[in-house]
Amino acid sequence: MPKADLLDPAGKAVANALQRKGHAEISNVRIGKRIELHYVNPPTEADIATAKQIAADFLSNGVIEDVVNVFVEN
Amino acid sequence: MKIGVVTFPGTLDDRDAQRAVRIAGGEVVKLWHADANLHAVDAVVLPGGFSFGDYLRCGAIAAQAPVMERIIDAANGGMPVLGICNGFQVLVESHLLPGGLIRNENQHFICRDQKLIVENVDTPWTNGFKLGQEITIPLKNGEGGYIADEETLKKLEGEGLIAFRYFEVNPNGSVNNIAGLRNERGNVVGLMPHPEHAVEPGFGPDTPLAMRSGIDGLTFFTSVLNQVVNS
Repeated sequence: MPKADLLDPAGKAVANALQRKGHAEISNVRIGKRIELHYVNPPTEADIATAKQIAADFLSNGVIEDVVNVFVEN
Repeated sequence: MKIGVVTFPGTLDDRDAQRAVRIAGGEVVKLWHADANLHAVDAVVLPGGFSFGDYLRCGAIAAQAPVMERIIDAANGGMPVLGICNGFQVLVESHLLPGGLIRNENQHFICRDQKLIVENVDTPWTNGFKLGQEITIPLKNGEGGYIADEETLKKLEGEGLIAFRYFEVNPNGSVNNIAGLRNERGNVVGLMPHPEHAVEPGFGPDTPLAMRSGIDGLTFFTSVLNQVVNS
């Protein structure tokens, strides 16, 4: 996700559209990314640890983004 | 003197960067993102464009390219490296320069002739300028808003690592009007505006003297050639 204190122009554009549609209950929208890593075999604990490392080092840039979650899904 | 100009898939301004090197009097070596060595170049330019389609983040995938491993090693050894626009983003993603670049504050792609102030002349790419000199070169980016955390900004300001600042207009919301940076050693310089588009009369920004006569960008390339020759 873009860091909370950073401008998120895409989220802002969607938030403005929702306001126009009358959704006064929604105060803000933020848009992040979902990145799926598909494994040959079911991922092990070590694979998940490596995935967290990949997420921190390459898939995200800590200056502008936060990794919200890394989890296994079928 | 051999100046390598790197082409990644999606690079746009490699031809102009090559031309700028030639006009300045240097010999161009074309480097490809998959190259495993730097073919004995004396300096490297990472040009602008949209490497790997700006996928993931601008410059992020290019930063992982085989040629970048060699460039990072060479840069850490003192070889002059200039990153322009997307090349600046690649340098930031490679951690050769600190901070990050985000979408322009006003959300528009900006294309304009941009005034800059030269803030540091102790680099191979800026030694031909005078400190505090005002220059005009084209700027064209969508994600050129420079940001860094407080600690990094303090260091950049305190140690004189800001190479260029936007003058009169801050086009993209960059903090402290930062347009370009140098590393601590000074050999690595990155900036969002495009010096390679202002190297030949008739094709540069307008000046009070004549239309399209601006060649302020040429000094980047003559600077590095002088530096390499003298060292």
